Amino acid sequence: MSGFSMSRRGLLAGASAFGATAALSACGAKTGSATSSSGAKADTSGDTVKVGLLNSLSGTMAISEVTVHNALLLAVKEINAAGGVLGKKLKPISQDGASDWPTFAEKAEALITDDKVVATFGCWTSASRKAVKPVFERYKSLLFYPVQYEGLEQSPYIFYIGATTNQQIVPALDYLKKQGLTRLYLVGSDYVFPRTANKIIKAYAEANGMTVVGEDYAPLGSTEFSTIVNKVKDAGADAVFNTLNGDSNVAFFKEYKSAGLTAKSLPVLSVSIAEEEVKSIGTQYLEGQLTAWNYYETTPGAANTEFVKAYQAAYGADKPTSDPMEAAYISVYLWKEMVEKAGSFDVAKVKKASAGIELDAPEGKVTVDGTTQHVHKTARIGKIGSDGLITEVWNSGNPIKPDPYLKDYDWASALS
Amino acid sequence: MTVILNQSFTGISIGAVLLLIALGLTLTFGQMGVINMAHGEFIMAGAYTTYVLQKDISGAGVSLLIALPLAFLVAGSLGALLEWLLIRRLYTRPLDTLLVTWGVSLMLQQLARDIFGAPNVQTHAPDLLTGNISVGGITLANNRLFILGLALLCVLGVTLILRLTPLGRRIRAVVQNRDLAEVSGIATGRVDRMTFFIGSGLAGVAGVALTLVGPIGPTMGTNYIVDAFLVVVVGGIAQLKGSVITAFALGVLQSVLEYSTTVSVAKVIVLVAIVAFLQWRPQGLYTLRTRSLA
Repeated sequence: MSGFSMSRRGLLAGASAFGATAALSACGAKTGSATSSSGAKADTSGDTVKVGLLNSLSGTMAISEVTVHNALLLAVKEINAAGGVLGKKLKPISQDGASDWPTFAEKAEALITDDKVVATFGCWTSASRKAVKPVFERYKSLLFYPVQYEGLEQSPYIFYIGATTNQQIVPALDYLKKQGLTRLYLVGSDYVFPRTANKIIKAYAEANGMTVVGEDYAPLGSTEFSTIVNKVKDAGADAVFNTLNGDSNVAFFKEYKSAGLTAKSLPVLSVSIAEEEVKSIGTQYLEGQLTAWNYYETTPGAANTEFVKAYQAAYGADKPTSDPMEAAYISVYLWKEMVEKAGSFDVAKVKKASAGIELDAPEGKVTVDGTTQHVHKTARIGKIGSDGLITEVWNSGNPIKPDPYLKDYDWASALS
Repeated sequence: MTVILNQSFTGISIGAVLLLIALGLTLTFGQMGVINMAHGEFIMAGAYTTYVLQKDISGAGVSLLIALPLAFLVAGSLGALLEWLLIRRLYTRPLDTLLVTWGVSLMLQQLARDIFGAPNVQTHAPDLLTGNISVGGITLANNRLFILGLALLCVLGVTLILRLTPLGRRIRAVVQNRDLAEVSGIATGRVDRMTFFIGSGLAGVAGVALTLVGPIGPTMGTNYIVDAFLVVVVGGIAQLKGSVITAFALGVLQSVLEYSTTVSVAKVIVLVAIVAFLQWRPQGLYTLRTRSLA
């Protein structure tokens, strides 16, 4: 009986706290719109302006997001050393999303309303992006998102610096088709990115004479893959298309090798394994397997040599650089170009100035597409070597125009 | 036929992993009734012990063999320390133990992140354990065979300790009737700490084995903690054989269901089956009958 009354009191306290938060945030939005046409007013009065860095520095995603955070800090430091943006130094404000989606939304709101940042950089998982999207839209503040994702999204307040599907998954399928690997087995983690990606893969396969012989999803964080690997083995596939995320990859590839499968007998093409992950899974399990990205540490060019050198000087000579890190790094530079072209930190003006901004990035030339707020990027297929580095075996030649809704692809008409 | 045999071996090997991670809990949770949420982090401590050893000792096989007893000591000491610092003050307040050990688990995760970095680390499995052997069309992965052997060896070891040694006799006495044991001159506090040492040490051994099949990172323990509790609860607390039978049964059930459906559906069916089973037998598969009134 006492337990009941206690829990009821707890419930009441929770409810009133919730009411208070709701009232507070409504209040915040109101004052924001009163003081500025663009929502919460970013503070640009002093010698410095604040930029928000929103990454998971703890929890299960920290493994990947800490490296992105490091790359963002490096870019901010370099920009400050070169004189800042519009004569103002940048002050990075780091917030820990803690691999928890509601926390991301909370911290995003804190960055915008308390710290009055001029722009925010970060998020990794699609779930965290979807959680903060309404916050950035409500306050009309900008988020730069650095990771490849499943497409089918176009928020007016997000710049998507990572690849959308037609710059990563579709070229990867083109490559497999060209190699004559037409019977695919799809293995992915059970959440929005792999499910959407596989929907696209199945539509592509149907239109291009390829067959999907099996499809399996494991819960995020799952470490038991013996049965899935048995199924893959029995299915008679030519290749495995892997959209697993995080720790699961380690267990999957260890199991894959134990079962006697190799890159020669049944290649795996992964879209979420970059240099950092290769290191933590172990090259002995990955040698010869394929990946699809827009950037590798080995990508040739002066801009990349400099980026790798600067990153390793700051964080250690044994630290690899990867695609999401590179995208995070250039996202700060792209924003700087936009602000300087606009001559103002004002969100509406920055958005307007974004179209056609170009950068000689470590990954090659990138151009911002003003309409979709995505970036033209070159697709690259790589092979994992015994030294843990990924070397390119194929690229798309020219940067591919971003097409988040796959409007230019007939076979994808049923998807969006 | 090959499929069935392959899946049975897969099921048994999943069961072996479950058994190994749950074995320590059968002592700390099963025997002592402590809901230790930091058990997963003792598994992690064992895995990182393997990693550190391998950085200093080259041969992968040798370092793995040394890692087994060393991880037992490292995780066991951590466990004994936790018992001495916190848990022994909370024996009468099981819900507080749950919260406190959960907090400790978060602290240990962050500690590992600060010491070893947020990204996963890797160990090299000895060549002998990365291959497989084929027997009549079915593939037996060597690392799985090793884990199966290790799990059975650990069960044997714990059984012998509980049955034959004076310590085992004292542990059983304390479990069956703490007050009576105390008035009979058994230092129950010391027995508790020793039980906790062995239980946590076994988690460390599980951690060494898991380096062969899964990731090694600060949050690896959270991947296994729920499964470990499931095995002990279904097996019936305070009974080793219950956990052994449950681990293999759940392993085979999971792998068979997974083959014919998907991972998530299989997991749902297994959990529903467990809930239904516990409705029918809330005390689990086996239960300890005593005349104690408590």
